[in-house]
Amino acid sequence: MASLLHSLSDLVKQRQETERAAPGNDPGPRGIKAETRKLDFFYGPHQVLFDISLTIPERSVTALIGPSGCGKSTFLRTLNRMNEIIENTQLIGQVLLDGTDIYGPDVDVAQLRKRVGMVFQKSTPFPKSIFDNVAYGPRIAGLRDKKQLAEIVEQSLSRAALWNEAKDRLKQSALALSGGQQQRLCIARALATNPEVLLMDEPASALDPASTAHVEDLIFELKRNYTIVIVTHNMQQAARVSDHTAFFYEGRLIEMGVTTGLFTKPKEKRTEDYITGRFG
Amino acid sequence: MSKALPAVVRSVSTRGRLFAALCRTAIWSAVGVLAILLACVLWQSWGWLDLSFLTSYDSAIDPRRAGILAGLWGSFWLMILTMFISVPVGIGAAIYLEEYAGDTWVTRLIRVNLANLAGVPSIVYGILGLTVFVRMFGIFRAGGLVQQLTGWEVVAVKVVGIRIPLPLGSAVLAGALTLSLMILPVIIVAAQEALRAVPPSIRHASLALGATRWQTIRHQVLPAAVPGMLTGIILSASRAIGETAPLIMVGAATFLRSTPGGITHLTELLTNFPSVLDAPFSEYTAMTIQVYNWVKQPSDDYRHAAAAGILVLLIALLSLNALAIYVRNRFQKRLSV
Repeated sequence: MASLLHSLSDLVKQRQETERAAPGNDPGPRGIKAETRKLDFFYGPHQVLFDISLTIPERSVTALIGPSGCGKSTFLRTLNRMNEIIENTQLIGQVLLDGTDIYGPDVDVAQLRKRVGMVFQKSTPFPKSIFDNVAYGPRIAGLRDKKQLAEIVEQSLSRAALWNEAKDRLKQSALALSGGQQQRLCIARALATNPEVLLMDEPASALDPASTAHVEDLIFELKRNYTIVIVTHNMQQAARVSDHTAFFYEGRLIEMGVTTGLFTKPKEKRTEDYITGRFG
Repeated sequence: MSKALPAVVRSVSTRGRLFAALCRTAIWSAVGVLAILLACVLWQSWGWLDLSFLTSYDSAIDPRRAGILAGLWGSFWLMILTMFISVPVGIGAAIYLEEYAGDTWVTRLIRVNLANLAGVPSIVYGILGLTVFVRMFGIFRAGGLVQQLTGWEVVAVKVVGIRIPLPLGSAVLAGALTLSLMILPVIIVAAQEALRAVPPSIRHASLALGATRWQTIRHQVLPAAVPGMLTGIILSASRAIGETAPLIMVGAATFLRSTPGGITHLTELLTNFPSVLDAPFSEYTAMTIQVYNWVKQPSDDYRHAAAAGILVLLIALLSLNALAIYVRNRFQKRLSV
């Protein structure tokens, strides 16, 4: 088990070196983009999140890890109010985005979700063309100008590293893309609304290793401009892509810290047990 | 053991074959009866179904001169109006129940009873239609509630230039409203199922992109549900066009030598606007009513007219279905890869 901890810390160290070499990766301190304060969440009478207070630094990747059913996906969905789609749920506490409570009385949920984009575990392309998929967000926001739409589509697809593969087949159905391409299309679609935060719910868990690597590289690239929160089951993935990691267990936040620290010197016994694979 | 096993296998496979044979018998006996019926109709109508049968009115004295023109146009107007009423109401109700309504005891009661309503005999809808649409509870008759309250005997109202008789009486519109009532449960249940079949992941993806609930329904859910909805509409339209009992109740004429609005040619639908507005309030007959009337006549020759009428009805039904299936397939093709 100790060897696994070592391999993870090697992974983190290796990454630190490459990152330092890469230009544009300012290692300085970052502001707080989002923050939760004493967050409780209930499905009916069943409480799934207990007293979560957590900060998410801007333009960085925050990974949420923990065993199945620990509440990490539920927590992710409280950040763009997607949990409200399920009936009979209740939230106590505060979720702040740039210092404003997103559960406040005059918050427009649709506007909020344009600022806080989301990518799901299973890619969900609409049964439309590639172009229409990416243009969906801007279009429902009221953008009609064809030239502008085309620009947004190209930019979003480029950012999602799909432009070269898709540029000649924009009019074709998105359902004809491969699984990895579909997931990158969903990322492009989320980027098209020009969000500030990108939530990713196990974005690579349904992909083959090559596509996973592709998506991970992409996340690494995107954090220069976006604040990313990613839920993952994969410890190596968290070590590879994230700057901060939060460990959830049974609805509680056990430990949160800089990824390098959490993976090399976990403070809590349970964190160490989980990341070394003793349970979960 | 080694000897017993093949015996068991044989008996299982024999039972399997027996079951398959039973199923085969079921389908072929059904098809056989249908084929005999069709053959009879074709045989009896041979030489009777011609252009003059389609373009002439009924005749009470000469079966040779009896035609289905009035019934053809009556059924046409019935179907148009029925669909105009029931499709928007049915789809709207289904969208409300599936997408907006919460899970309260009222909505649960409605959901459960929709299926029951679909099974209510059509004659019951006929009685309902007679009371509600044809007579309007008698509140407009001389000495009725309206006269008692207002002092006037109201016989009609004018809405944007269209004169609507009150009560509706045995007008096409009253028949169409009754048929709409009858087929609404079928349309609603089919539309609900079509909406339910749209994957939740599509809705979530749309909402997560900042779409409102309405935008999600409009751009994602409805387009994906249209083929399924059309299936329900096809089924219910077929049922409506073949109905006789409720129409007899709500006063469709058994013998009529006129068409709704006096329109006897398709081009008039586009050119003769006043007649089009007049048609929903005209008296009418339907193809099924004419067939029913001919079958009752003592003269044997009317049976041939009835057979010809049935054939026209079947052709109308099949072309209606073909059209709807064509539309549905086009939609499906647009949605899939």
